Amino acid sequence: MNVLQFVIQNHNEVLELTLEHLWMVVISTLFAVVIGIPLGILITRRPGWNKPVLGTVNVIQVIPSLALFGFLLPVPWIGASSERLAVLALTLYALLPLIRNTYAGIKGVDPAVVEAGRGMGMTDRQLLWQVQLPLALGVIIAGVRVATVISVGLATMAGMIGAGGLGEYIYRGLSMVNNQVILAGAIPAAALALLADVTLGWLERRLSPA
Amino acid sequence: MAEFESRGCRLGRIELRGEWAGRCSLVVNRQQGDDGEGGDAPSASLRASSLDSRRDAGATIGVLGHNSFPMNSPLQDGLAIEFRNVVYRPANGQEIVSGLNLEVRRGETLVLLGRSGSGKTTTLKLINDLVSPTSGQVLVEGRATTEWDPIRLRRGIGYVIQDAGLFPHFTVERNIGLVPSIEKWPVERTRQRVLELLQVVGLEAGMASRYPRELSGGQRQRVGVARALAADPPILLMDEPFGALDPLTRADLQREFLALQKRIHKTVVFVTHDLREAILLGTRIALMEAGKLVTALATEEFVRSHDPLVKRYMEAFGAPTGNGCEVQHERAAVRDSESQ
Repeated sequence: MNVLQFVIQNHNEVLELTLEHLWMVVISTLFAVVIGIPLGILITRRPGWNKPVLGTVNVIQVIPSLALFGFLLPVPWIGASSERLAVLALTLYALLPLIRNTYAGIKGVDPAVVEAGRGMGMTDRQLLWQVQLPLALGVIIAGVRVATVISVGLATMAGMIGAGGLGEYIYRGLSMVNNQVILAGAIPAAALALLADVTLGWLERRLSPA
Repeated sequence: MAEFESRGCRLGRIELRGEWAGRCSLVVNRQQGDDGEGGDAPSASLRASSLDSRRDAGATIGVLGHNSFPMNSPLQDGLAIEFRNVVYRPANGQEIVSGLNLEVRRGETLVLLGRSGSGKTTTLKLINDLVSPTSGQVLVEGRATTEWDPIRLRRGIGYVIQDAGLFPHFTVERNIGLVPSIEKWPVERTRQRVLELLQVVGLEAGMASRYPRELSGGQRQRVGVARALAADPPILLMDEPFGALDPLTRADLQREFLALQKRIHKTVVFVTHDLREAILLGTRIALMEAGKLVTALATEEFVRSHDPLVKRYMEAFGAPTGNGCEVQHERAAVRDSESQ
């Protein structure tokens, strides 16, 4: 039985797990965007804050994902559900590229342009919304892209703690020593990652100024 | 017309000798000839009536008349900007501006001249509060910059920088209309104003929809000037605005700036390290060195100054001290051609 036959025979389950996978990635990336971009903006406004914030998310990034699941397990409401646990872990991992790219994108705007805006009497808010964010948008989207691609890969770990997603096939296949089952999880996951990369890459080019 | 130039060169003829004297007397003759033929009003009355003519000139080209700033108070002679014992030292560094006392009169073009690192750009930024004095005061329209709401202050001061500092993601129209739009002008009025300004700086209306990257350096700089003039601020700060241009474009823009300034009579503070540009554009030149003001003199006095640093500067530009008539000649020619 090859992979294709397996997928066709179990197409309902494959679809369900793929959607579960996608859902975890989308939700966690959204959380990371909602937290990470404002935090990235904030640390461009408070000079002393960038080192501690970037340092913290860097540390999170280097915690092995298995260990992170372990750490989060005793957290009251979160640890009670494997889906919540997986989404939280994915969110934490997605924070670094988002915060770092938002920060770098805004800091990378030509200082002469910012100074010209300030010199003409733009308020800090106007500068941010009309100048810095539009000019940093390409770099910020690049951060979203990296975060999403990382999440698609990491979300396979969620299968191990029973949170569903394509990881479930991978772990089932591993324990059954069945390559077809492993591939039935790995190939759609890889396809998702490629799709996310291409789509967001296109968006990045569209939104980059000049 | 040309009371200033002819007076300058007449004095020049008395003082100058040798080949330079020859050149300058030529200038004087030309001037006198023009005065005779043109039948201009005597210079004294030109001075006296300057207030009225200023208002007329503004009204006819529509550059004045959008007075929305408290500092756009009645046209009166006096000080627009005053530095009182200003010191600026960044948090952990050396003094960039030390003990600066300087006055900028309404309607004049004061050139801050000096080498790189002499503190002239910082001096400029002290005026629109991009930099706040460590001690001392900078008064704009009689009020210390620290007492102004920085946003109100800056919207009343046009700011032009080298390479224009245009927003790359805005069209020319949005760039020029920036201050009107953040001042919440009605859209149609902003549009009209943009078209008017494109004409003032010599650009076609079709340029409005272009992006800065689609313009040449000279065009970008014109847009920069138009943007600074958009809300009709009484004061204009220009930080080496023509520094990055090729010599021909620079000469064009300098000439146009002179002509424009003649019509709109803004109070202009102009930073440059180019002596030639200073003499050409400035009604007064303030020479700075190592954060200190060396001297501030009317242009025709500056070129004859015996100050050792001024002399060194003049020599560096290949002009024997005591000259300057050559450039003033150019300047007079510009004014003549404009008045015809």
